[in-house]
Amino acid sequence: MALTQADIDRELTDSRAAYDKARADGAPAADHPARDFAPYRSSLLRHPKQPLVAVQGDPETVELHTPVFGHTDITDVDNDLTIQHQGEPLGERITVSGRLLDSGGRPVRGQLIELWQANAAGRYAHLRDQHPAPLDPNFTGVGRTLTGDDGSYSFTTIKPGAYPWRNHENAWRPAHLHFSLFGTAFTQRLITQMYFPGDPLFVYDPILQSVTDESARQRLVATYDHALSQPEWSLGYRWDIVLDGPSATWIEEGR
Amino acid sequence: MTQLSPTPSHTVGPFYGYALPFPGGGDLAPAGHPDTITVHGRVHDGEGAPRPGRPGRAVAGGPGRLAVRRARIDAAPTRGTGDSPGATASTSTFSAASPPTPTAHWSARTLRPGAPAAPYISVCVHARGLLHHLYTRLYFPENARLNAADPLLAALDPARRETLVATAEPQPGTYRFDIRLQGEGETVFLEFR
Ligand SMILES: [Fe+2]
Repeated sequence: MALTQADIDRELTDSRAAYDKARADGAPAADHPARDFAPYRSSLLRHPKQPLVAVQGDPETVELHTPVFGHTDITDVDNDLTIQHQGEPLGERITVSGRLLDSGGRPVRGQLIELWQANAAGRYAHLRDQHPAPLDPNFTGVGRTLTGDDGSYSFTTIKPGAYPWRNHENAWRPAHLHFSLFGTAFTQRLITQMYFPGDPLFVYDPILQSVTDESARQRLVATYDHALSQPEWSLGYRWDIVLDGPSATWIEEGR
Repeated sequence: MTQLSPTPSHTVGPFYGYALPFPGGGDLAPAGHPDTITVHGRVHDGEGAPRPGRPGRAVAGGPGRLAVRRARIDAAPTRGTGDSPGATASTSTFSAASPPTPTAHWSARTLRPGAPAAPYISVCVHARGLLHHLYTRLYFPENARLNAADPLLAALDPARRETLVATAEPQPGTYRFDIRLQGEGETVFLEFR
């Protein structure tokens, strides 16, 4: 029998209850999703069953030092996804701005941010996306930028549509932007997704709900910021991104 | 000092293939450099045999195994690698060609890492189905003595230790490193404290 939304909802309710109980019993807050989160069915065969092996962060641990940088060939217009073709893409033009910070609140400067997304109809410009929604010849949905000295970044794009997927019957992803981020240490790597405030699909989505901590989930949702909206042009969303670490060892060196 | 909570991780999803692989993103080594090495391999999940009716999700990856078609690998060599210390290769089981096609195989060119201790390449794995990336390390098979003295390798059960040591291929400077997310021969994944 096909797995229904009601089945998934039950599993999500159970996982939230288990998390709340663990918290009440003194467990620390979980900032990241568990890798074995059954309501997201694709995780079942793709999480290690063996525990992770701890590497103590002594000063020689390469992963805590390696200055990580993706690529340098970024142009000034790579952060505008609306000007990559002859014509303008369909959809609601938006600006997404924020800062990339480390856990100490310090700006992460000059690092690569990559963004990819579906078009306004919820379709990716990807050969394997089978969703029967129209492609937009004027929208690829890929942007890149480098953070400024204050860790700031800004993208101009269009708001993506929600789209169906095959986790269960009638499964829909809330509208989201995919982000790929680098810090100054290899351990700060982050790939995540940004959501738009007030989306009614949040509660049904096992990917967003894989983050079982309510306040952690909120950190994935951008804020509508009217001051960022530009008259006669675009709506503004603000989203700050905080990377793990770097480690105390690294900070002590004052780099 | 302020302590901010991190932004949670999410899966890379299935549709990054056309977005993330820069042409040449898996290439850290300057052309023609004599110390260039190639590391490559597949990523396997916990599924042991092809599932009827689901031909699209994976391709054959050796005897009885399937390989994950949508995985991305970031690779950072240990320092002391000459011209590109600390740079990171980002490669993918998607080809970087246009249009990108799933190959189930990742490959990166870099300089042979050099270090006083056992050299290694730090590896970060992203895949559809993986909600939070995983770290591992690729050590080199010819460094038996240095590897034996490496604190991480020495602390591992011998059978699991092997999952972190690449296999030298007949072509000089070429190493095979398969990553198994789950099940038999599961790769050792790391957590940094
Ligand atoms: Fe997506």
